[in-house]
Amino acid sequence: MKVHVDRKLCDNHGQCAIAAPDVFRMNDDGVLEYDENITDDQVDEVEEAIDVCPVQAILLASD
Amino acid sequence: MVNTTERRIVVVGASLGGLRAAEQLRAAGWDGEIEVIGDEPYAPYNRPPLSKELLANPGLSADEALAKVAFRRKKQTEDVTFRLGSAVVSSNLQERVLRLADGTQVTFDGLVIASGLRARRLTAPGPMGGRHVIRTLDDSLALHSELKPGTQVVVIGAGFIGCEAAATALELGCDVTLVEGGKGPMHRPLGSDVAEAFRRRLVRRGITCLADRHVEKFEACDTDSTRVGAVVLASGERLPTEVVIEAVGSVPNVEWLEGNDLNLTDGVLCDEWLRPVGTSNVVAVGDIARFPDLRLRQTPRRIEHWATPGDTAKTAARTLTADLAGASLPDPCDALPNFWSDQFGLRISGLGSPALADELAVMEGTLDDIDAGIAVGYWRDSVLVGVVVAGLPAQRLLQYRTQLTAAAV
Repeated sequence: MKVHVDRKLCDNHGQCAIAAPDVFRMNDDGVLEYDENITDDQVDEVEEAIDVCPVQAILLASD
Repeated sequence: MVNTTERRIVVVGASLGGLRAAEQLRAAGWDGEIEVIGDEPYAPYNRPPLSKELLANPGLSADEALAKVAFRRKKQTEDVTFRLGSAVVSSNLQERVLRLADGTQVTFDGLVIASGLRARRLTAPGPMGGRHVIRTLDDSLALHSELKPGTQVVVIGAGFIGCEAAATALELGCDVTLVEGGKGPMHRPLGSDVAEAFRRRLVRRGITCLADRHVEKFEACDTDSTRVGAVVLASGERLPTEVVIEAVGSVPNVEWLEGNDLNLTDGVLCDEWLRPVGTSNVVAVGDIARFPDLRLRQTPRRIEHWATPGDTAKTAARTLTADLAGASLPDPCDALPNFWSDQFGLRISGLGSPALADELAVMEGTLDDIDAGIAVGYWRDSVLVGVVVAGLPAQRLLQYRTQLTAAAV
């Protein structure tokens, strides 16, 4: 599965990094960094991150 | 085996709470019918932009605005029925039936209460024209159409929404006065010292702040008796204005639940699984649910933050499906509250329950220069119960979150 974050929408709230810390991270400048390719056992936490994103900027698509 | 496909769960409320409830019911394995009933004509949409980006966005039609804020429909909820523009007016939870405004009766096996809140209105007498609240998409669009450069605007109430609306109106070129009811902007979650610092910031940006004032009445304008022309305060001051924004809190939409022997004082009193006390096969989701605070062992309370619908829907959906199937209960709801506000380009974020603190201290930065970044800690009985950061990168918030959860709240 592939994660995509719409950078035009992303406002660096950091909620995704709380929900799915091994996929989403906030760097020292407060900017989101994330892994595009995730494994099947990371899908649930990414779904969680999708839900808690205040600006709904995260998409998950099959490869 | 219970054949759930012939059974129906009805969700009352089609905002974020209703949507998340439907999603979480499917995630919890409910394969029966789900019907979501909402009184607004719109599919579920995101409300935070209504006092910020959307309010600032020029000339959007309702459809364009909705497209910007609507939540995506997930695959697993494609077969969920949405009955929109339809208000539930009464209910009989014993008989498992709801009555809609048009007289239609809807029966259910399980019920999710997600009817949320509505904006509180001021009861002071005077004309209604030109007076606005911000709760729905229509509210935000109607208000935006009146916020022209040079317009005089009086905002009543200095909570998050009042402060955000005041900031947005000023950025649109309006002349803004903020009438505070109590001890300063956002004082309930932030505490008086921090509120005072935020007041100085609002004043520096050009907002006239009037502390500890109350509205006596509204006067009509000279040219149109149906429109507001001035706000008269209990202090005797008279504020000429063209637009009034009432941001004085909200009222839980519980009227349709009356007559069922529920405790409807300030929302719906629930247990820690979000089940209204005295009911079976019923749960409540979002800011209407008043439920026990498992972290701080405080009196049950409602949480009006954006994350609450998502947090409560998870527990509530698992509980309802378990109850309907006679299965064992999931873990109760103990999510750590979090909230944010954006004002004049500054992000204010909070974690935990700062409003319950008896002591606060600045942990980083100085209240004299909030824009350079501050972090404030909130303690109750010497235990860290909340953190508020402003103007700091999100990474700092995450670090404080670790500190807060380590404090076991």
